Amino acid sequence: MKVLYFAWLRTKVGVGEETVEPPASVTTVGALVTWLKSRSPGHAAAFADLAVVRVAVNQEHVRLEAPVAAGDEVAFFPPVTGG
Amino acid sequence: MTVRVQSGDFDPGAEIAAATAGRADIGGVVSFVGLVRDMAGDAAIGAMTLEHYPGMTEKELARIEEEAHRRWRLSTSLIIHRFGRLLPGDRIVLVITASAHRDEAFEACRFLIDWLKTRAPFWKQEETGAGPQWVAAKEADDAATARWTRDGKP
Repeated sequence: MKVLYFAWLRTKVGVGEETVEPPASVTTVGALVTWLKSRSPGHAAAFADLAVVRVAVNQEHVRLEAPVAAGDEVAFFPPVTGG
Repeated sequence: MTVRVQSGDFDPGAEIAAATAGRADIGGVVSFVGLVRDMAGDAAIGAMTLEHYPGMTEKELARIEEEAHRRWRLSTSLIIHRFGRLLPGDRIVLVITASAHRDEAFEACRFLIDWLKTRAPFWKQEETGAGPQWVAAKEADDAATARWTRDGKP
């Protein structure tokens, strides 16, 4: 599974992209977040307030309840500020 | 329907001319050009850098554009959004909508820029006297998008 981080989430985690192999019990974005938070203090800081974190699975906006599986591209980022 | 994501500048007049060249069915063209301001609240901005999500950005802009074409009868449309480092006064975004009648072009253009601001994966980082600052999303932008969902459409 490929995980991407953008804007200040990338700064806090320390990398823009990482390949991870979460346990089989991780089947939703929410469970993935909980698992990622245990990887480093940077990850924990990035996911400290989920109210300001948005997520896309395979390049489509989804909610924390959305399913994830091996091979997915999961991206975490703040609310967007383009335009 | 066209979407372009690029670091370079664009020429709004040339884009309108190109989008409408050879067309006799278009009654009106509406364009929106977004520019970099030199102030954020009361803080002066030296420059800003736009980060985006290559791949998803293009797909999301295309999805937004398709939604506009579902809602209004548009002859053509164009979205250009820049990324990278920009200075105050620089152009950031261009939205062009063309239709047989002006009302549809006006509404679709407003819809596109409102939706783009809350859905397209871009993030602004401003260079201020206090160092680089990530721009926070505005509730006013969410409200502007929400007004397009009154009819129950997503």
